[in-house]
Amino acid sequence: MTTPASTPTLRPAQGDASDLAARFPGVVSPDTRPGFSGFTIPADKLVEVATIIRDELGYDLLSSVTGVDYLPENKMEVVYHAYKTTGGPALVFKVQVPRDNPVVASMTPIWKGAEFQEREAWDLLGIKFTGHPDLRRILMWEGFEGHPLRKDWKEAFYEEDAKPFKSRWPDGKHVLAEARNPFSDNLRFPSGFDPEKMTFADPEEALYRSLKKYTFEDADGIQADHIIVNLGPQHPSTHGVFRSAVILDGETVVSLKPVMGYLHRNHDKIGERNTFLQIIPYTDRLDYFCSMTNNHGYVLAVEKLMGIQVAERAEYIRVIMDEITRIQNHLIFFGMLLNDLGAMYTPALYAFEERELILDIFEAAAGSRMMCNYYRFGGVVRDVPAEALQKLRDLVFDRLPGKIDEMERLLTENDVLVSRLKGVGYLSAEDAINTSMTGPMLRASGVPYDIRRADPYSIYDRFDFKVACRPDGDLYARYMVRVDEVRESIKILQQALKQIPEGPTMSVKPQYQVRVPAGEAYGRIESPKGELGYYVISNGKPNPWRYHIRASSFINLTALEMMCKGEKIADFVAILGAIDIVLGELDR
Amino acid sequence: MYGKGMLKGLGVTLVRFWNTYWDDAVWMWRRVTTGDKRYHSKEGIAHRSSKNARGIFTVQYPEEKLPVPEEFRYLPFLVYDEGADGKREILCTSCGICAKVCPPQCIWIVRTNDPLTGRPVPQPAEFYIDGDICMSCGYCAEYCPFDAIKMDHDYELAAYTRNIYDLEKLLKSSTYYASIRPANAAREEEARKAKEAAKSARSATHAAAA
Repeated sequence: MTTPASTPTLRPAQGDASDLAARFPGVVSPDTRPGFSGFTIPADKLVEVATIIRDELGYDLLSSVTGVDYLPENKMEVVYHAYKTTGGPALVFKVQVPRDNPVVASMTPIWKGAEFQEREAWDLLGIKFTGHPDLRRILMWEGFEGHPLRKDWKEAFYEEDAKPFKSRWPDGKHVLAEARNPFSDNLRFPSGFDPEKMTFADPEEALYRSLKKYTFEDADGIQADHIIVNLGPQHPSTHGVFRSAVILDGETVVSLKPVMGYLHRNHDKIGERNTFLQIIPYTDRLDYFCSMTNNHGYVLAVEKLMGIQVAERAEYIRVIMDEITRIQNHLIFFGMLLNDLGAMYTPALYAFEERELILDIFEAAAGSRMMCNYYRFGGVVRDVPAEALQKLRDLVFDRLPGKIDEMERLLTENDVLVSRLKGVGYLSAEDAINTSMTGPMLRASGVPYDIRRADPYSIYDRFDFKVACRPDGDLYARYMVRVDEVRESIKILQQALKQIPEGPTMSVKPQYQVRVPAGEAYGRIESPKGELGYYVISNGKPNPWRYHIRASSFINLTALEMMCKGEKIADFVAILGAIDIVLGELDR
Repeated sequence: MYGKGMLKGLGVTLVRFWNTYWDDAVWMWRRVTTGDKRYHSKEGIAHRSSKNARGIFTVQYPEEKLPVPEEFRYLPFLVYDEGADGKREILCTSCGICAKVCPPQCIWIVRTNDPLTGRPVPQPAEFYIDGDICMSCGYCAEYCPFDAIKMDHDYELAAYTRNIYDLEKLLKSSTYYASIRPANAAREEEARKAKEAAKSARSATHAAAA
């Protein structure tokens, strides 16, 4: 473990959020709506203020960028959450623009990490970002009509604005959804778009245009072009349906663009139709390896809105479940990374053995191995059964430490692994922060930023653990950071299992309809893949007005091109594997 | 030395390889002495999912099946009590909470109305669950105030048609429920008894006061 003694502070933090309004009197004003916080900035001053926020106030990590459609007020709002990599709370700033012509200056020159999130806001909400280098749709396809997250947009099987649907009770005659509403009746295309004549040329052209110019003139004046290779969507290295369009010069990557959205189901919109409680099982389906941590981030956001405390025993159970989730996620990461490198199955199956035993515990506690749906507002659904807790103790104290040592003996010094990983896919600390990398990716670039320490949630401030950090910024560092993290997680688990108190697992009476006061909340946790944030806006109704996920798999891909440039095409697979993406979360 | 790391790694796989056969030999000895079998037996499966598991890890489904824990949930069913004359007393009162809380909205309930007065009767006339839409989240069982809908343990539900369950398919006896979830059933029974005792005590004090 190498935790650098002095934090590599890239930009000294000199001020804090409270200075902002004083610095720009009459320009920046605090958001005074009840339940809301942060500052409102006029659209024309955004770039100026944001530069000050980054350079002088020291908020170097732009965590989340998202749009909100305020249909009744006829406004669109873009919400930014910026953090300091040295720790502390967020600086939230917002821009409001008219709904019929929403144009906002792009943040990409200041924080490159805004790139994908702004594309998402354009795709789903139709907010235009001037100065964005590549403003195309990102999750939907080019022949898609409209911007689906707008409040007046209705999906194909639209029934009502919000659940519960009235047709279910008291006269709930069952009908098949597809019988009531045949899909073909709902298919809409943009004007001038004819699916019959579509040759797939136009969307592809837009993609290839966004890549680096691929025809060039060589020394003899001959027109030549680089090869375009499409990796995916069906490719085993992509861990699902993810595609990268790559331009190659020989075997070297010149330019690369990730293409995603093949598993897109508009999780945000589904969430807005659901009640607050109904969203919890849907969050399981985001990063399906880590449903426990997904639950945690969401309930954290809603608990903030509701202003309720969590039962003491439940806090311990949450920490235990989060950390055991981290262990199994990282074990799978080792296995899958090695699969990507060509060491088929041996490491993966060794990892799966431990994961099996961990999933047995999830099953005994939550009732399901992967779709846990275990956390509730104010606690967890039920106590961990005594025998499952005993099994957990056996694992954490007796089995897992030895198994991590075994995994390390198998892999860490393996010469082939070392030569494939060392010095490949380099990402500097500055670039990592600027592209909003979080989690092990950021820590492998030498930035010891872990939300469990930087902005502690739950009861993480009670445990003694180190923030795993490696300064090298290459693939080997990303591998080692995860090894270190597994060891630290075991340490946390051992402490938590010793300290866990008796008591109730819910602080409030379980209710099927929760009352959530109006306001906004951003709940974020250190998920195994990085920062997982949930931005929830309530208007006092049973359903959230806005529900947005800051998915770490998605945003960590921003730096993919940066890391791959100049590397060999075979290393692309390893670089992508080391980001540790899960398509359920990436495409949402 | 180049290759040292690889040899170390190969050592790990060699140990694993050796352990598999060593374990088989140990189990063969146990079979002679105690009669415990490694495969196709309860103790063998329990060993393979314990902290001491090594070597062969897999379970030969469908010949062998992992036991499911009590809290395991897979599609809901409706509980009925066996009445004195074999009559099925459905616990469901068709209050509709399960249909309202269901995240994918896969529960449809038709409430019974009294044909004479037109007032609702606490009994479902029809009850549908679209099993293909159900996400087995367990909310219906969790929030049912009458313990009338519970999550099942039967996970082998492959079918050639859409799985749409009507009242007839959904009803299962409380004996079955107690058999798959003994601890839960006992706890609920206790709570029900305590409630009834409190009720009768209250009516007794009311009677005494009167």
